Parts: sequence; structure tokens; C-alpha cells
Amino acid sequence: MDNNNYAHVAVKGNEAPKPTANVGEHIDTDKIKEDFPILSRDQNGERIYYLDSASSSQKPIQVIQAMGNYYASTHANVHRGVYTIAEEATRLYENARIAAGRLIGAAHPEREIVFTKNVTEAINLVAYTWGRANLSRGDVVLLSEIEHHANFVPWLMLAEEKGVELRYIPMDKTYNLDLSNLVQLSAGAKLIAVTAASNVLGSITDISKISDVAKQVGARLLVDGAQFVPHRLTDVKSIDADFYGYTGHKLLGPTGIGILYAKQELLEEMPPFLGGGEMIADVRLDGFSTTDIPWKFEAGTPPIAEAIGLHAAIDYLEQVGLDKIAAHEKSLTVYAIGALTDHFGKDITIFGPEPSDSKDRAGVVSFKFADIHPHDVAQVLNEYNVCVRAGHHCAKPLMRCLHVPATTRASFYLYNDEEDVNALIHALEQVKKMFG
Amino acid sequence: MSGLEDLYREIILDHYRSPRNRGELESPPAIKVEGFNPLCGDEIIIFLSTKDGVIEDIKISGQGCSISQSSASMMSAAIKGKTFAQARELIDYFKQMMSVHESRLDQNTTPDGQSIDAPENQLDLDSIGELAALQGVVKFPVRIKCATLAWNTLTQGLDESKSTER
Ligand SMILES: Cc1ncc(COP(=O)(O)O)c(C=O)c1O
Repeated sequence: MDNNNYAHVAVKGNEAPKPTANVGEHIDTDKIKEDFPILSRDQNGERIYYLDSASSSQKPIQVIQAMGNYYASTHANVHRGVYTIAEEATRLYENARIAAGRLIGAAHPEREIVFTKNVTEAINLVAYTWGRANLSRGDVVLLSEIEHHANFVPWLMLAEEKGVELRYIPMDKTYNLDLSNLVQLSAGAKLIAVTAASNVLGSITDISKISDVAKQVGARLLVDGAQFVPHRLTDVKSIDADFYGYTGHKLLGPTGIGILYAKQELLEEMPPFLGGGEMIADVRLDGFSTTDIPWKFEAGTPPIAEAIGLHAAIDYLEQVGLDKIAAHEKSLTVYAIGALTDHFGKDITIFGPEPSDSKDRAGVVSFKFADIHPHDVAQVLNEYNVCVRAGHHCAKPLMRCLHVPATTRASFYLYNDEEDVNALIHALEQVKKMFG
Repeated sequence: MSGLEDLYREIILDHYRSPRNRGELESPPAIKVEGFNPLCGDEIIIFLSTKDGVIEDIKISGQGCSISQSSASMMSAAIKGKTFAQARELIDYFKQMMSVHESRLDQNTTPDGQSIDAPENQLDLDSIGELAALQGVVKFPVRIKCATLAWNTLTQGLDESKSTER
């Protein structure tokens, strides 16, 4: 279906404005903040301190405008019309696919990137299509204890339906995955599916090591990159991932778009996911045939504006520089953990690796006061315009490992700075006064 | 501090710090019911010892935020020794209170203008008075689930004990 392959068509129109803060060695957060209208919104006479980017990031004006411009100037359904705006919309949508693949180093982004609703759907797609076709009773899928529910439940469903055996890589005392028994755990595994970075602990998984073992035992490797891709340079080729998922809204992009990377040869042989328009080559009264990858996995009108917003978000991140973003988040995390320990000492428990030079750590800081419930903490913090997440963070098995029902979590992104952390500390002092 | 004092009234913090009827009962014979609030991971376990349609004893365990735990504690104090009918009436009263719109709070009316009936069957007025402290929760819609968790779990327990009682 060559006429369906728009990937090679050049970029045209709808250029988003450039980020204002892409010069210099370090990130200028004051400048960056200017790109994010929500960060200057008023809440009871003051700005907000947004420390919940691990849940969802805020959006720069460049993303908001790219989506607005598209609707104002170019919207039409994709892969259908022969008129100019339909062709332009199609080109923009397919260009977004290339950008989404380029960001993670895909070899053939035009064929190896499938757009989904979010990373949850991306993982479900793999479980539903590849999993159902390739896994049967007694086959082993190796996960870890620290996964987000998005990378538990699809496999639990498959375990119930097919009798697939699930095993789990445990967490060690330093809040990292314990890979010491990985070879034994992987024996007989057909798939290893792990997160690249924990949304609760901030620990970063040694994917290269897991990948080596996966190759050794002949297992496929799926990586949940939801918390990694927005914050670190990703290269699916160097880790030889078979499947890699991430989600637009945590990466300055809009909600409603997720990204599944899968190796071309796997996508070729996987059965389709949802059925409908867009994914077919032919439909007769007695059957259908599917179209080429990746469209075979994109039934129905896709999230066009969302893909265009995602493209603008990727451009923004690349222009600021993911290396600079990583360095900025690391130093802010060190500052935050230091400040929390200085102020609250033994009263506070931080669930996550100690920051160190030798091992990378994401900007996610989960903590708990002994006698104050995280939900109460977050409620009082809101009074001081500090936005944090409290709860189980969609990681109930991990909460059980930590022996807590919930934690409070502050998480950082490129627009956060020490002022945000100071606001957090100040508000936490009020919490202590109230409940202490 | 808009409304925060309304949410965390002193009496609520008191029940949170020193919860009443905390513990477990041997089950069986006691009825044991569990309730979860997936939002914040609150967990309530209620043990009910019932006889002839009366709640003779109640114990609460589990863990959660100050609102869910204090609501459970107040509830246990209010319904211990009461009949099922009285308990259900109190549950209705409490849930109605939680659904009242903020602006109507002072007038004791529901959004459609009906007045809330105070429970009739000579309930312990002190414990009802304490329960009123939880009214401030309605200003914080996401926390209403925390406040009603124990009550929904109790309803489940009453339904279960009814089916086991002769
Ligand atoms: C590690 C991880 N995986 C998966 C998800 C699910 O992302 P989404 O809700 O966009 O599918 C999240 C987000 O909370 C996450 O942190």
C-alpha cells in the first residue's frame, strides 16, 4: 500500500514558535516558566507550585499553539481526502510519527511507531495482540514488583485468560531492582516487561543488563518508558528493545496520545488490535485484510491534533536539550532530598535511592511522615498552592512492599526550581504544626 | 486558609489521634467487612457483633487519612448499642449531610430544597453533634469519599449480618 505511506513527505507549515530558553549551559527556569502559561495562573492571589509532573506535565505555549493553529488552519481527516488541507493534515500527522520515533532512536520510525491513546493502551496492545498470539499456558512473563498498574494488569489479565505464569523481579534495600538472580528468574521467560524508571521511587532501571539477559534466554523485552523518555535521552536500538512505550502528556504534550515502538518484524507478524476503518486493506462481506504497519494498529480516526501537539512538545524538549533537562532535574532532586532531611530529620521517610554520582536517579521524591496520612499532607499543601500527588500512584503492589498505604510525591521537570522546593518545605512545616 | 479549619476541626483531629473502638473482634462469630478508597488507599475493616437486631459491639481497624479514620471512629461511637433500624437511619442522615451543597449548609436543606430530617429514634445527640463536625468536608469534594467510606462499609456489614441472623 505505497499510496498509504506518507512518511517520506517533507515537513510543511504549522511551525511552532521556538522555545525561548534554549541558549546557555544551564536551564534558565525563569525563562522556561514564561513558556508555560499555567505556571503563572493565580490561585488565591499567588502563583502555583506545580510538583506533580510525574503524574502529568504542564504544556508550553508552543504545544498549545500548534494544536490551535492546526484546528484553525488545517484540520481534516487523515489518509482520506485528496484535497489540500486533508493532505496537509496527513503530512503533519505522519511527521509527528517520525518525530516520536526519532526521539527514542527508532531505526524505522515511519513503520515502527504506532499511536495509541496513552502508554496504558500501548502495553495493552502488546498483551492483546503479541501476547495472545505468542503466549500460552505455562509460558513465563517476567515483570518487576515496582511496576505501574499499566504494566501489571494487562499481564494479570493474560494470566487469568491463558494461564501464563507471572514472575517478579524484586526491589532491593536501596529501592533499585535487585538483578542478582535475574538469570534464574528469567529461565523460560518469553517476555520481560519492566519500567525504565519508577514513578514512585525515582529509581532508574538498568535496562541494558536486563536486555542482555533477555537475549540470553530468548525472551522479548518490553520497556515502559513513561517516566524515562520525558527526562533522559532514550535509544531503543542500544538497549535492543522489542517493544517500548511512552505517553505524550508526561512529556509536555497533550493528553490522548501514547506511543508504541515495536520492531518492524514483530509488528508485521502481530495480529491487528482494534478493527475498523484505517486499519484495513479490503473488506468484503465474508472477511477483511489488514493494511500495512503501522496503520494496521490504528483503527478509526486517530488523535491528529494530539499527534501534532506531541510533535511540538518533542521539538521543544529537543531544543532545550534532554541532557540539560536531566542535569537540571538531578541537581534539583539532590537539593530537595537534602532540604527534606535537614528540616524533618527522623520524622520523614524518603522512599527512593540516595542521590549519588555513580547511579542516575529521576526527579521523583516520595515521602511519608510517620503519623500523618499523605492525603492530609497534600490537602494542607494545596492551601499553600503546592501541587503534589498523594496516594498509591497506581502501584499498589509496590505500596505493599514498602508497607505503607500511600505516599506523598513531589516530582520535578524542566520548569521547576529551588523556589518550588522551598514552597514545599514551608508548606510541610505548616502540616507538621497542624498534625504534629 | 480557606475552609481548611472547617475540614480539620479539632474534634476530627481528636478522633484521628485517639480513635474510639479501635481493634478487632473474633470473626466468626463477628461479621467482618472491608472497604477501600482507591483514591488515597484508605482501608477500613469493621467488625460487628450483633444480636436480635442490635449492634452489641463494633471494632474498627485499617488505616487511612484523618477524614476516613475520624469518620469511622465517630460512626462507631454513634451506632454502638443501636438497633439496625437506628443505624440505617443514621447512615441515611450522614450521607444526606455529605450530599448537601455548601451554600445550603446553614439552612439544613438539600440542593432541591428539602429539609434534612434529623434521625427520629432517639439517637445519642452527642454523637450526632460530633458528626456535624464532618460537614466541612463537603467543601472538598474529593474528600467526601474518605468521609463516607466507613458508612458505606457499615451498610455492607448490616446487609451481611441480616442474611446471617435468624
Ligand atoms: C511508569 C508508568 N507507566 C505507565 C503510566 C500510565 O500512563 P498513562 O496513564 O498515560 O497511560 C504511568 C503514569 O502514571 C507511569 O508512571
